[in-house]
Amino acid sequence: MSSEREADEGVEVVEVDARGLRCPIPVIRLGTALRDRPAGSLVRLLATDPAARSDVAAFCRMRGHELVATTDEAEHTAYLVRT
Amino acid sequence: MAALDAGWADPRRLYTEGRQARRLLDDAREAVASGLGVRPPEVSFLPSGPVALTAGVEGIRYAGRRRGMRTVAGAVEHSAVLVPGRAVAAGSDSPQLLDEVAVDSSGRVLLAAWDVALAEPGTVVAALQSANGEVGTRQPLEAAWEACRARGVPLVVDAQAGLGRDAVPDAYDVLVGDARSWGGPAGVGVLVVPERTRWRRPGATSEAEFGRTDAEPVVPLVLAAAEAWLATAADRDDESINARELVDQVRTAAARVPDTMVVGDPVDRLPHVVTFSCLFVDGEALVHELDRRGFAVASGSACTASTLEPSHVLAAMGVLTHGNVRVTLPLAAAVPGGEAARAAGVRAFCDELPGAVATVRAQLGTDRL
Repeated sequence: MSSEREADEGVEVVEVDARGLRCPIPVIRLGTALRDRPAGSLVRLLATDPAARSDVAAFCRMRGHELVATTDEAEHTAYLVRT
Repeated sequence: MAALDAGWADPRRLYTEGRQARRLLDDAREAVASGLGVRPPEVSFLPSGPVALTAGVEGIRYAGRRRGMRTVAGAVEHSAVLVPGRAVAAGSDSPQLLDEVAVDSSGRVLLAAWDVALAEPGTVVAALQSANGEVGTRQPLEAAWEACRARGVPLVVDAQAGLGRDAVPDAYDVLVGDARSWGGPAGVGVLVVPERTRWRRPGATSEAEFGRTDAEPVVPLVLAAAEAWLATAADRDDESINARELVDQVRTAAARVPDTMVVGDPVDRLPHVVTFSCLFVDGEALVHELDRRGFAVASGSACTASTLEPSHVLAAMGVLTHGNVRVTLPLAAAVPGGEAARAAGVRAFCDELPGAVATVRAQLGTDRL
């Protein structure tokens, strides 16, 4: 897990690297990172598992998180989620 | 077993046993045709439901080839439609040759998108399930067929999941089924091509099954399929009401498990299928845990498949694909102990489910997430 500052928002983004991991591990890592974080926190999940595309969106709906952005990179997909 | 004794001979031959096998095959065809509300020559037996489905779509596409070769299908259709369709599209360098129409979160095809897809020039065949065997949701067949007729596109209805369990569809140009859905053996697909439908098999002409396949049916299997249809016909209404009630019990029990999403339409659905997905759970581990507790269930999660991909049905619906469990109730007549035993099994499943999910979450360390 690493941290950075989102330049335009000034909100810390925690990054979770779940590349190469298969369902349900990416969503478990995301859930772990979001647990206990204050409201408004941002977590960016990096995943290669094709199942993450439906599962991250479904997880956010079930738990009331906001899926801010889904970005396809060359080798993985980045999901930006707000608590 | 009686079917094996009586129907082993080649029905094309003229010797006594051959003529007897032919008679038995004709009787079986008549029984199935009558059950489906069609005429016997409109019914062909193929080696499996998926084979019949691929053939059903191909025959319509081939008959319409001068107008184009574009296929419209729901995004949650059987792979026997989607895989050959994608192959045709890939082979022609035109991805538009297969249009996979989006579904809503319950798995029902979006009718507005369906109509737009049908209007595309060169569309010669459409395919839609009567209901999805993975999540149970019924498709709006009447409306979908009406849209097809308005556009002059024949509709192939895939009833593999529902024949014998739900009402027989009547809104179609070609109907496909599989004897397994009504308690028959594996190895019998049903292809119904009504006389009014323009359908032509590509390739060399064949004598088998009114020219709709080149594989002669296995007569004992077809007899067993017809027997199963007749044996379950009398109880079908009660069976369906009972199964519907039991599935409601499973849906209620699953919905009470924390972080669990019950999938598919709660009402407009097959009577005997229920699917749900549990957050932070490995589908394979849950299937094993339920098996350990004496319950045989399936899963659409990627980790239970031979590929990396999760169920295309769950993904198209945009629902959770991991931690997925699918329960398909057997016919009560096929359960030792009948309806009472089946109902007791469902009650036991509902009792054990919360513990099974909790066990798997504890193993994964996700019970406090």
